Amino acid sequence: MKIAQRIGLVLFALGFIAFIGSLFTSTYTLSNQLISDSANKGEQSAILQDILKNVVDKTYSSKWEFSSKISYEIEKINEFYRSQEEWEKVIYNQKELLFYLTKNSANGPINQEPSLWFLLTFGVGILGAILTNAFSYLGHPGMKNNGIFQSTWKSRGTVGVLLGAFLIVFYILLYWFPHYIAEWALMLDSLSEFLSGNPSSQWFLYGFLYTIAILTMGIRFIKKYRHNKYQMVRTISVMFFQTSFAFVIPDILARLNLPAYDLKNIFPLDYSLFFEWRLDEYLANGFIGYFMLFWSISLFLIGVPVITYFYGKRWYCSWVCGCGGLAETAGDEFRHLSDKSLNAWKFERISINAVLVFAVVMSLAVIYAYITGDNNLYGIDTYKIREWYGFLIGSVFAGVIGTGFYPLLGNRAWCRFGCPLAAYLGIVQRFKSRFRITTNGGQCISCGNCSTYCEMGIDVKWYAQRGQNIVRSSCVGCGVCSAVCPRGVLKLENGTEEARLNDESIFTFGNDGVLKLRDDLDTHK
Amino acid sequence: MSHVVIIGNGIAGVTAARHVRKNSTKEITIISGETAHFFSRTALMYVFMGHMKYENIKPYEDSFWKKNRIHLKQAWVENIDTDAQQLQLSGGDTMAYDELIIATGSKPNKFGWEGEDLKGVQGFYSWQDLELLEENVKRTQQAVIVGGGLIGVELAEMLHTRGIEVTFLVREDRFWGNVLPYQDGELIAKHIKKNGINLVFNTELDIIHGNNQGEVIAITTKDGLKIACQLVGLTAGVSPNIGVVDASNIPTKRGVLVDHYLKTIIPNVYAIGDCAEFYEHPTNRKSIEQVWYTGKMMGETVAQTICGRPTKYMPGVWFNSAKFFDIEYQTYGWVWNIPKENEEVFCWQHPTKDILLKLVFDQTTQVLLGVNTFGIRMRHDVCNQWISKGAHIDIVIQNLGAANFDPELFTAYEPLIVAAFNKKYKKQINLKMKKSGRIANLLTKVLNR
Repeated sequence: MKIAQRIGLVLFALGFIAFIGSLFTSTYTLSNQLISDSANKGEQSAILQDILKNVVDKTYSSKWEFSSKISYEIEKINEFYRSQEEWEKVIYNQKELLFYLTKNSANGPINQEPSLWFLLTFGVGILGAILTNAFSYLGHPGMKNNGIFQSTWKSRGTVGVLLGAFLIVFYILLYWFPHYIAEWALMLDSLSEFLSGNPSSQWFLYGFLYTIAILTMGIRFIKKYRHNKYQMVRTISVMFFQTSFAFVIPDILARLNLPAYDLKNIFPLDYSLFFEWRLDEYLANGFIGYFMLFWSISLFLIGVPVITYFYGKRWYCSWVCGCGGLAETAGDEFRHLSDKSLNAWKFERISINAVLVFAVVMSLAVIYAYITGDNNLYGIDTYKIREWYGFLIGSVFAGVIGTGFYPLLGNRAWCRFGCPLAAYLGIVQRFKSRFRITTNGGQCISCGNCSTYCEMGIDVKWYAQRGQNIVRSSCVGCGVCSAVCPRGVLKLENGTEEARLNDESIFTFGNDGVLKLRDDLDTHK
Repeated sequence: MSHVVIIGNGIAGVTAARHVRKNSTKEITIISGETAHFFSRTALMYVFMGHMKYENIKPYEDSFWKKNRIHLKQAWVENIDTDAQQLQLSGGDTMAYDELIIATGSKPNKFGWEGEDLKGVQGFYSWQDLELLEENVKRTQQAVIVGGGLIGVELAEMLHTRGIEVTFLVREDRFWGNVLPYQDGELIAKHIKKNGINLVFNTELDIIHGNNQGEVIAITTKDGLKIACQLVGLTAGVSPNIGVVDASNIPTKRGVLVDHYLKTIIPNVYAIGDCAEFYEHPTNRKSIEQVWYTGKMMGETVAQTICGRPTKYMPGVWFNSAKFFDIEYQTYGWVWNIPKENEEVFCWQHPTKDILLKLVFDQTTQVLLGVNTFGIRMRHDVCNQWISKGAHIDIVIQNLGAANFDPELFTAYEPLIVAAFNKKYKKQINLKMKKSGRIANLLTKVLNR
């Protein structure tokens, strides 16, 4: 058993080395044919062929040199067009161009044998991850958090910091310099063609990595919590929603030439819902397009408040959501790193609600612009607002900080401090919901396991040790506090609203002497 | 403004301080030599196992104390002068008090074994014990634990997580025999063995052997069996830690003697928690109570008295809980290790899993007296209500589902339990549906119309 786990780890390491190594195996030769394939319209193709004539048909062994040459030429011509105010000629899709030009110019083992390399990197890595995870947490089923605070990768040790650095670099490359990881997408072309009929973009690559992270680490989570049905069912649920709704279905929709969106992604987490290109796309697709728009708006307007009323925000955050799904599976080993201090809570309340306000204002501006056709709102360019939102919130906060910092800030930094949908769900959960975490009488021993393993940084024991139920807007209902409690004190449940916010009991349940005194005082009031 | 001084920053002392603060503006000082801040003693094991750090087992943030105007003094109390109402502290300081609460907790029992002071022989109770254990395990491949109670099983689990081979010696014929009934103890024993611990019953420690560096190398049992080990854990119970009052005129027996108001006979001196011993317990329990919850309750009670509302310590229905490796245990009311004459015991045990529910009720009145539950979480308020109000066992069985506190989606064993009860007592009790299954309830109603 232990050996299988070790073999898995070695395989994963080999796959990972091949994966990183694959980025350094190609040379790059650009051809005019590739330029016209990658450019988005005929005119652009001609411009590109002209400015890149010194690059075309030359072989570069350095991706950096190759891509900087192209960027340089594009920047130069853009500057020229801008100075001439020839706006329609400016090349805006520079990032995508660079990605596709690099990807398709690559020449080496990857483009010659993409399937073989797919197996050597993804294949070996996935096999290794499955093996090591399936054979982790051996022994008797039960909570096993042994050694977490001594672990170098789980508790901000050297490996944790390196892992964090790797993830941060990955996100920066993915969002702003995808051409540096173009070979990875190259290996996924056949899979992408099979699913959507298109070659792999960096977003297909990201979706694939995201899904396998949830699936392989989901296996680990299920193994760890195999004594706990709530945890197992919940994890199967996030694995299902990620694989189907987030990954496969949008590709199938794309193949059918329909708007290819994740139908479980809810506004305002899905912040581009009201962008004009999306609205146009929906409206251009007849009944199905209208239905998809209607579905997305109803989820936001009706689905969220109604379902959250009955079950709390957990129905989304820890059962359906992709960000939540990754946090609960790949991020599980980092859940104890969340900050439990009072100050962190104060910061959280400001930051998450501020993002919600930002999202709403940005969307209202976008809708205003769509309806009136005027992009100028009180002197502010609505394009700029959404650009900043996309950059700051969509990319930096949700991606780089939210996931890149898993090994440093814990697995729910985005969900806790930044997700505008979590803020909205949280408001409903706090003020109008049947969900609570019930504290079991006076059984709490203040051990601190619940607070330590709360990924949202809720100081659960603060409530439990005074016999109070936990009703907090941030609680995603993962149920781990209840799982790690050694005395059976916590239970997630939905019940009547009256008994929910039980008034602070002050005295230990069962201390009849002082409880009688309190009752006497109450009657004399 | 009067000054309340509390010796000991465990759960009893800290609870007292918090409630004095709630009810008065008195000056409050907590003195402890053990650690600067209050930590959860029950969580020490988790620090050793790497589930948490010291920071995580502190129930309150460090800023809490200043905000609540509770002074913390890290020192050991060396003497109490009750005439001058003054404490002598380590380091030469003195501290005057108007009211003194002694909450010094327990210390591990030692029974004068030969070699009990060797290096590598220790109890497990305090923060210092944890530090010592970290030191001792560095040279430990094999360990022997003496005494089959709660701390013993915790220590066994802790050492096991570091790959140490553990032999666990128990004097009685079963695990925790002075508390648990036979079948319950047997369940735990099996589970402990399944986890790789060498559990030996009916065996007593005789001699602890050392080498010439004064380090333990082996033990011999009273049957003459020699076991090599580099660590001996002494976990044969705890006794009140009352060294601090030795030189004073505060009367003691095993603990600091107190009346129903937790007062000693010396004016303005109180004792609470593990270190207190009642002349006579207000509710006929044992005169010394050494669990977390009673410490907490005594702290709440004594604070009322000190704040001018004299209040007797009157705990209600007994409850306690523990975890033995992966088995959670809760108890409500009284389940004696040997049933009393008037008691009927209904026990259901899962055929393969480590799950057991025991209900004790009165043979004549059929009223519920106690609950032991292993592997099923139960609701404290429901069990408390049943026992304090004297619920009929049939009502209890019928409403068993309402008492279940397991996480959602867990397998419900209540139908099996009710069937077993019906079979044993030839009754036809129907299990009531759980409150939470509203949709299912509605469906059932519609279908049965």
